[in-house]
Amino acid sequence: MIPKLPFLKSKDPEDKSKVFIPSRRDFLKISSLATGGFLLGVNFQCSGPKGNTITFAPNVYLSIDSDNLVTIIAHRSEMGTGIRTSLPMIVADELGADWTKVKIVQAEGDEEKYGDQNTDGSYSVRMFYEPMRRAGATARHMLLAAAAQKWGVDVSECRAEDGQVIHSGGKKIKFGDLVEIVRELEMPNADNITLKDFSSYKLIGKDVAIYDNLDIAIGKATFGADIDLPNMQVAIVKRSPVIGAKVISYNDAKALAIPGVNRVVKIEGSGIPPGLDKPLEGVAVIADNTWAAMKGRDALEIEWDLGPNQNYSSEKQLQEMLQSTSGNGKVRRERGNFNSARQQAGQVIEKTYLAPFYAHATMEPPTAMADYKGDGTCEIWAPTQHPQWARQAVAEALGIDYQNVKMNVTLLGGGFGRKSKPDFVVEAALLSKAAKSPVRVQWTREDDLHHDFYHAQSAQRIRAVLDKNGNLSGWNHHTVFPAIGATGNSDELHPSDGELGLGCIDFPYEVPHIRIETHESKAHTRIGWLRSVSNIHHSFAVNCMLDEVAEIKGVDPVDFLLGMLAEDKNLTFEGELKGDFGNYGEPLDKFPWNTRRLRGVIEKVAKEANWKQAIASGKSVGFAVQKSFLTYVACIVEVEKGNNGQILIPEVHYAVDCGIGVNTDRIRSQFEGGAQFAASLVLTSAITFENGKVQQNNFDGYELIRMPQAPKKTHIHLVESMEKPTGVGEPPVPPFIPAMCNAIYKLTGKRIYRLPYNG
Amino acid sequence: MAKFNLTINGKSQTVDVDPSTPILWVLRDHLDLVGTKYGCGVAACGACTILMNGNAIRSCVTPVSAAEGAKITTIEGLSENGDHPVQKAWLEHDVPQCGYCQAGQIMSAVALLESNPNPSDADIDNAMNGNICRCGTYVRIKKAIKTAAKS
Repeated sequence: MIPKLPFLKSKDPEDKSKVFIPSRRDFLKISSLATGGFLLGVNFQCSGPKGNTITFAPNVYLSIDSDNLVTIIAHRSEMGTGIRTSLPMIVADELGADWTKVKIVQAEGDEEKYGDQNTDGSYSVRMFYEPMRRAGATARHMLLAAAAQKWGVDVSECRAEDGQVIHSGGKKIKFGDLVEIVRELEMPNADNITLKDFSSYKLIGKDVAIYDNLDIAIGKATFGADIDLPNMQVAIVKRSPVIGAKVISYNDAKALAIPGVNRVVKIEGSGIPPGLDKPLEGVAVIADNTWAAMKGRDALEIEWDLGPNQNYSSEKQLQEMLQSTSGNGKVRRERGNFNSARQQAGQVIEKTYLAPFYAHATMEPPTAMADYKGDGTCEIWAPTQHPQWARQAVAEALGIDYQNVKMNVTLLGGGFGRKSKPDFVVEAALLSKAAKSPVRVQWTREDDLHHDFYHAQSAQRIRAVLDKNGNLSGWNHHTVFPAIGATGNSDELHPSDGELGLGCIDFPYEVPHIRIETHESKAHTRIGWLRSVSNIHHSFAVNCMLDEVAEIKGVDPVDFLLGMLAEDKNLTFEGELKGDFGNYGEPLDKFPWNTRRLRGVIEKVAKEANWKQAIASGKSVGFAVQKSFLTYVACIVEVEKGNNGQILIPEVHYAVDCGIGVNTDRIRSQFEGGAQFAASLVLTSAITFENGKVQQNNFDGYELIRMPQAPKKTHIHLVESMEKPTGVGEPPVPPFIPAMCNAIYKLTGKRIYRLPYNG
Repeated sequence: MAKFNLTINGKSQTVDVDPSTPILWVLRDHLDLVGTKYGCGVAACGACTILMNGNAIRSCVTPVSAAEGAKITTIEGLSENGDHPVQKAWLEHDVPQCGYCQAGQIMSAVALLESNPNPSDADIDNAMNGNICRCGTYVRIKKAIKTAAKS
């Protein structure tokens, strides 16, 4: 079973993981690893969707062969975060491996073997830092024991380094030469495994280049569309232009007349609700090559019953949503009594904030290859963030057992949440079955923008009450946006607790009276999650409002927020929330909401960016802070006007507390990229609907930041920390958006109440 | 269908395809040169950038019929082992994130440096404006181009 919000599902493998030696049978099943070597697995226990404990078999494999090659399985999907490098390097460092002799093998999608592979929610490093270290350390202990036995010395006199065991007397032996002895050893007791001292790490906490760098630079890296199989065909699909539309009839004569076109197949869509893992209704043209399939699709004549969404206008809905926020909503958090604060107010500031639908627009549009074989098995190659969900969805669509679906994971040309959903993988499987040959479905850019699982458009209203002394005494935040859950269940009209926990109900400041309310809205398209999810619009509204309140109070926004944090403490929101606080799937005692760490990044960014000086010298700088995905981030953005009046971004400063920094270069790259990703959300991108159809067709309509408008310099100031590591894929986005809006206000004198900014 | 004689990465090859087929799909579907990527199909993102007689072109909108007699270079033709100065600079700065757009970025950078060995920031902005990177590696791309220019 797949939970409704996979990015928020409870996962806690860390304390329950166990390293073990796989059986000979398991060993032989891992055909991708060298045989004859030494093999180690990690056994994780994860909480299942219903709270019951599931024991998974080997999660990560580490093998060492007699040629000194250390092979480490990467079980999470690589979409640009560097995780395919960062997790294996943790194992390698604890092991004492020679990193240049480490081979990384991508795991296929297999929950029993590898445990959780759902790569989203900035989870991977957070979840797997400890288990990966233990796996590496266990193997190291065994190698040391083997060397000690061989040399007849005490194990305490041996150490592992650069792929060899070294005795204090100077003797050395390569890992590969110990394999035969290690294989005869008993597993050490987990209690006897000691992890290395942090200061002795050679990879963890350092800048490590990604494993695939060279392959990418020479064009040899394999993405989803690069898989080639004998007798494969390519499919291009014409999908329902409006959610819920059904094919009444179609004429494929002209399509079939195009040389290379072999077959036209209808795909039965799920209707309304569209579902998170189902294909849309459509007609597929299957051809010998991509160009023929594209031309074939253009030649299709389809009559649609457009259904109930055919008059949907996103602008009309947005205005209705905005209107609804002026009334009373469903209360989701309550502290004190906002109404009485309002009645005794010195001043009430009321502002509204609108943000559009956004598409993921990964540079690699969705694509997947399926090879359905006559014996009821199916092999898939897909750029998927969630191979297990894809495997289940394919099995369900084909009516076969999921054990009969082999799910190979390629590199992903970007993910950002889009490729969590397996709809495109299911299409490939259905079409391969129909065509009786391997079929790769290729989405065009138009398909990608027209049929995404969009980040929801939103309307928010915030009322900030200043008491007679000018102190912020009341905070009333109304938020309304179609919920992700509505994509699977049309009756879900309010945002879920999970979505509200992303930058809304977790408002951390010392305000005596807080009321947070939601309103109803329907989903007329597929709603999904985009890099940092509802933090995108919540952080925009909350932080732009706080900046405006500070200005009205006549105080510096940095000083204002520091003052409102009051004394350092751990927040629990206890007694105030009307639902659950997700805390990104982690218990609060393990990952507390700590205001000292929030204060730390605020102070750091202000210092490093010379905030006070920048303000005094009249620079157009804006500030915001937003904790998300358990990582604390403060951001200062500077903007200026270019020659043509366009907004330019000369400099960005981030202060980041993500606990231990595992691969510091990849942390920086996520923030460099996150700034640019967020700049697109502020400046250029929006999806709109008229008559139920998306109005943007390609990058000319759905624009993304290009080099001239992208931030020119991005400085990342990492807080040195020995706290548990937390993810950095999503946290760069939320604070950047309001920081940039606040900076644009300094430049133009106009506050931004609606995204994207259009001058 | 029609036959076309193409010179790709110094090698003569003949393909028998629909003359309207963009070079991108000839490379990917007919010649197994999949380093060049599809991104938009309308010359708006640069993922498919290749060199034709040394100039950067968008292979997704250039029909194969336009390539006859021309010298085509794809990412696979820059070097075997990544030792082209631009590729080396890319490795030095750890430019890629997901990597999908990088072949196009590299080819645009190569064309820029061929015609302008010492580009200014503005020259780089202009030349690279047609290449989108959704991961946002622009800062490192610019640094890598400057490094390559020095070598």
